Amino acid sequence: MKFTKEHEWVNVVDGMVTVGISDFAQKALGDVVSVELPKVGKTFKQGESMAIVDSMKASSDVYAPLSGNIAEVNNELVNHAQWVNESPYEKGWMVKIKIADSKEMDSLMDETAYNEFCAKQPAH
Amino acid sequence: MELIFEKKGTPSEYVPPCNETLPEPFTRNDLPFPETNEVQVVRHYVKLSTWNFGVDSGMYPLGSCTMKYNPKINEEVARLPGFAGVHPLSEETHVQGALQLMYELEEYLKEITGMAAYTLQPCAGAHGELTGVMIAKAYFVHRDEKRHKILIPDSAHGTNPASASICGFEVVNIPSNAKGGLDIEKLRETVDEQTALLMITNPSTLGLFEENMEEIARMVHAKGALLYCDGANLNAMMGVLRPGDQGVDIIHLNLHKTFSTPHGGGGPGAGPVGVTKALEPFLPIPTLRRNGERYALDYDRPKSIGKVSTFNGNFGVLVRAYTYIRAHGPTLKKLSENAVLNANYLMHALKKEFHLPFDQVCAHEFVLSSTHQQKHGVHTMDIAKRLLDHGVHAPTIYFPLIVNEALMIEPTESESKESLDHFIHAMNEIAREARENPDVLKRAPVHTPVGRLDGVLAARKPNVRWTPPTTPPLPSGIQTGSSIHKAQKLVKIRLEYENNSIRKIMIRGDFFMHPEDQLENLEASLNGTALDAEALEARIRSFLETVQVFGFDEKSLTVAILKAAGKGERA
Repeated sequence: MKFTKEHEWVNVVDGMVTVGISDFAQKALGDVVSVELPKVGKTFKQGESMAIVDSMKASSDVYAPLSGNIAEVNNELVNHAQWVNESPYEKGWMVKIKIADSKEMDSLMDETAYNEFCAKQPAH
Repeated sequence: MELIFEKKGTPSEYVPPCNETLPEPFTRNDLPFPETNEVQVVRHYVKLSTWNFGVDSGMYPLGSCTMKYNPKINEEVARLPGFAGVHPLSEETHVQGALQLMYELEEYLKEITGMAAYTLQPCAGAHGELTGVMIAKAYFVHRDEKRHKILIPDSAHGTNPASASICGFEVVNIPSNAKGGLDIEKLRETVDEQTALLMITNPSTLGLFEENMEEIARMVHAKGALLYCDGANLNAMMGVLRPGDQGVDIIHLNLHKTFSTPHGGGGPGAGPVGVTKALEPFLPIPTLRRNGERYALDYDRPKSIGKVSTFNGNFGVLVRAYTYIRAHGPTLKKLSENAVLNANYLMHALKKEFHLPFDQVCAHEFVLSSTHQQKHGVHTMDIAKRLLDHGVHAPTIYFPLIVNEALMIEPTESESKESLDHFIHAMNEIAREARENPDVLKRAPVHTPVGRLDGVLAARKPNVRWTPPTTPPLPSGIQTGSSIHKAQKLVKIRLEYENNSIRKIMIRGDFFMHPEDQLENLEASLNGTALDAEALEARIRSFLETVQVFGFDEKSLTVAILKAAGKGERA
């Protein structure tokens, strides 16, 4: 599993990339009340906003961790937004992306690097 | 508390029963209208109003909202018949006074902000932003310049990027520097010939005065872009400095904040937009014109972006803001000074117990974080809820987003030292509770009409519609009926009966009974009674020996009951 600086996680299985938001992100957001997902077939460039997560605190963008085409979305989240909190790495997955350029994977952090990155987040 | 639909009352005697005014085929008995009389309705809504919290009932330090006191003189002026009764389609010659007020209000706003011209049409702050961005867009289209970017600091109000997006611009985020101001170096790297606007809020949403405003304006103008100022926080600098003098090209004001008109709960507001001379041709139509002593609306403005409001904005709000400005005159400056003084007094007192991420002199508001309290498992939400128990409205929480678990506090100039000290005391008590007994905070509020609500459930599964409790279907053999009978007073019966005897009865009407609570006993005592005139009269007579009733007697009530059972008038 790899991570972005925007707190998305990425899991590659057979050229297909599953994306969600990290445990750190769901804790920071607090109770998630709705998730707005992109349409299947839509294309995003790395770093573009592709989904929106609404929590009791704020409305936050979810950014495409890698460029590609949306192959599948987790429609269950429409009625079970709490899964983002309860199970961020499993039931709370958001989209599957057919990636355009596997070299972009190099820009992501592994778990150790990501944990270090989170520990350094400014606690204003 | 019951809803008005759940009240068991007696219908008002002034309202005739439907079946006396409507032909039989058109009447229905199954509509659950409230059956209440005037005094019940009045008490219901007066009670609800006492559950409300407003700036008239206590301190309301809701950051970014400027919940200052709304002087009652504003209301008095807005209720003058010539203002309150004015029709938006009136001939100009008939509304010269209203036009004069609007013209003069524009003049005052120009003077206060240093802008060249104003429109009063936008109905709120975000509407003003949209109008301002549309004006900028029209300006660049007219100059045949293609610019698609709008730069917005990360501390901006969420409405700024929304307004930019609605107008079709790409939003580019500019981070804040360590002092909470705009990162000038980042701006230098980002602003270019594709940039239409920089939308800045001064003072920022951290309540901090933007120190580099003139330099920012120079950098933006050097690339041919325009500088937009979100004037929501004007209360910090009225009469102290003028955004127009700092190089701002477009500004919107929130009259309902800075100029004290009631707001919250969705409006109404007013978000006038001020612009420089170069942008004046693009203002919405109509604009106001003065010819000698006469005032007129000018529609002949070919470069205008058109109308942004059906008529001329929320006129009632404009009257209140005008009154506020006229009532204070040159002392407006004093209001801003006191707003800033109050905020700094609070900030200084509270930073001992609460984390202050940006520790410097603040403007009209400041942002704390609950970092210290989180060590005890207490979050900003708990602090906000506990404040309600101290009779204070909660501050803005979890905004701005760049501060973790933010508490955004804006006391305004309205609060006396006494109420500021009460707030400090309440906050310090909460800090003590967080250390010694954090569970108390988790359960708060406890002194409010309703306790801690499940906000998450409400957001995930909103239930905003009342449905009447469903009654289970009656077993077979049971019949129902109802009647309205004019005895000395009106009597209304609802009846369930079985084998010619009463199973359940409801008696309502505008009769009087003393003691009042005996009605339920009467209903109960009739259960099981045969639907027979003699039996009913006997039972009712024995009840009336212990209770005083004016409005029916045993004979008339018996008639009403038998009518409900379909037995018609007694022979």
